[in-house]
Amino acid sequence: MITFRLNGRDVSLDVPEDTPLLWAIRDDLGLTGTKFGCGVGQCGACTVHVGGRATRSCITPISAIQGADVTTIEGLDPQGSHPVQQAWREIQVPQCGYCQSGQIMQAASLLKDYPSPTDEEIDGVMGGSLCRCMTYIRIRKAIKQAAELARNYGSATEGDSSNG
Amino acid sequence: MSFLYSGGKVLKRILLAIVGLVVIGGGGFLWYAWWPGIPKISPPAAGSFPAAKIERGRIVAAQGYCAECHTRTDLGGGPELAGDYRMVTPFGDIFSPNITPDPETGLGNWSEAALRRAMHYGVSRDGHHLLPAFVYDHFTKMSDADISDLYAWIMTRKPEKMTPRPNGFPLSITPRIVMAGWKMMFFTPGRYVNDPKHDAQWNRGAYLAEGASHCGSCHTPRNLAGAEKTGHAYNGSVVDGWIAPPLNATNPTPTVWTEEELFQYLRNGVAPLHGPAAGPMSPVPHSFLSKIPESDVRAIAHYFAWVDHAKEREAGDTKALATAMEASRKDLTGFQTDPDARLYQGACAACHYNAAPSPVLGRPELALNSALWLNEPTNLYLVMLRGISNEEGQSGVVMPSFYKALSDKDMARIAAWLRRTRTTLPPWTDLEHKAAEARKLVEQSPVNASH
Repeated sequence: MITFRLNGRDVSLDVPEDTPLLWAIRDDLGLTGTKFGCGVGQCGACTVHVGGRATRSCITPISAIQGADVTTIEGLDPQGSHPVQQAWREIQVPQCGYCQSGQIMQAASLLKDYPSPTDEEIDGVMGGSLCRCMTYIRIRKAIKQAAELARNYGSATEGDSSNG
Repeated sequence: MSFLYSGGKVLKRILLAIVGLVVIGGGGFLWYAWWPGIPKISPPAAGSFPAAKIERGRIVAAQGYCAECHTRTDLGGGPELAGDYRMVTPFGDIFSPNITPDPETGLGNWSEAALRRAMHYGVSRDGHHLLPAFVYDHFTKMSDADISDLYAWIMTRKPEKMTPRPNGFPLSITPRIVMAGWKMMFFTPGRYVNDPKHDAQWNRGAYLAEGASHCGSCHTPRNLAGAEKTGHAYNGSVVDGWIAPPLNATNPTPTVWTEEELFQYLRNGVAPLHGPAAGPMSPVPHSFLSKIPESDVRAIAHYFAWVDHAKEREAGDTKALATAMEASRKDLTGFQTDPDARLYQGACAACHYNAAPSPVLGRPELALNSALWLNEPTNLYLVMLRGISNEEGQSGVVMPSFYKALSDKDMARIAAWLRRTRTTLPPWTDLEHKAAEARKLVEQSPVNASH
């Protein structure tokens, strides 16, 4: 039996301990905002937060998160108004949208480490989050806007109860 | 004739002398080797120990990581301290004994004197020699007071009836008297003596590191007989397939293990510059050193900062840190055509990229991490394959397992590229083969394929 916190509530799962966290979240816990992309930790679509840090859920075994604090796109902000989400809406970043929950989770994590990210810092951290619609230019713009929103309205970490 | 006669007499005298020496020497050896049994006692009542003494004993047990090697981890695990932990050695598998106070299968009818003798001389209650996998070469340095407290703690644990599996060949058939010969050659009993050249904190750290905490057991290389090599203290060794890095000035990381780095690592399982504890080191902070007085962990850190000459070496750290931060961004920005850089960017950089001036806690900086600077890529590979769980390394955060995500060839490409772009050392060799070897050390994939 694996127990951990998902979006602030305690959950217990009786699944094989090598189950990928992504499958537990989507199939066993019913939160489908997190997407399956490549399955080999190379694209970022499945990114969630573990302990407040962006983590590729498709290759993270459920056994590794015993006792940990997991946040998915559904739990990033109770109203869906994390500064990154606001900026994403304002700039209308998504095109097909498939990779976007992973992009948003990675970007929220980026802003914790680098609250005023340079282009280079955005490249360094976001370079592993792929978008086949090539929305990269809008992603970059939205990250900068989110950074500004977060500076004006307080911490970029609100709604994500865990800390890194 | 007289020549022959006298020659015969000389020969006879020589032979007699040899026989005499053998008898005396053999007798001496038997005198050295023979220990009497210590009478059994009835298990002491739990109420016979004051609570403060039991608590001190808990701390001593944590300083010595008793539970780590006396609790079964394979076959689904076993009750704490009930033994049957499988230790793989070049001399066959060793299964540790039950040290709960069960009278039949554990230490229930051991007196305090019996425990003290086992710790100080490596002799069991019934008089037989213990294998040095029980590191009495270190425990011999522990004070009588600490062992007395430890006894109180052990005797107040829950008794568990459990007998370990028999040791593997050839240990299962080796007469225990052979161990006396081993001890004569490699074991010097004796308590820790304070070094008046150093202050109280240094001596406290040395007492713990050399005694109960037995750091040298993993970090000092061993000779063919399995004893720690004299003159090679803390030069590094291999434990369960992992490289236990050197703890002295030969440690290869570009920034020095300072007292503060050591303290953070030993107390919390992660050092800001050197990164998280993984593999067999992970339980040391998480299960044990985080649960003893902070001053003891500071003392150990203080002692090892002396062992590795941190003060003399740390002048270079500012430059080394700047170099590492410059390396961290290499090939990650702008248009990239190097396929190895692209592979790293996809799989690793989201978590391992760092921008100057220093790494973010939770973004282990590989350019500063021993995994890239050791002579072999073993630790780098093992971390890629196993990942790091919430309970290991930095608390709360995890690293995924790339066991199913990266082939041996992929791992070799990343290893070669990192070594080339993040260190100043010569390339590793035979990387794909070594990746396959490392994969064999991980018994099964920690994570099922999701694709």
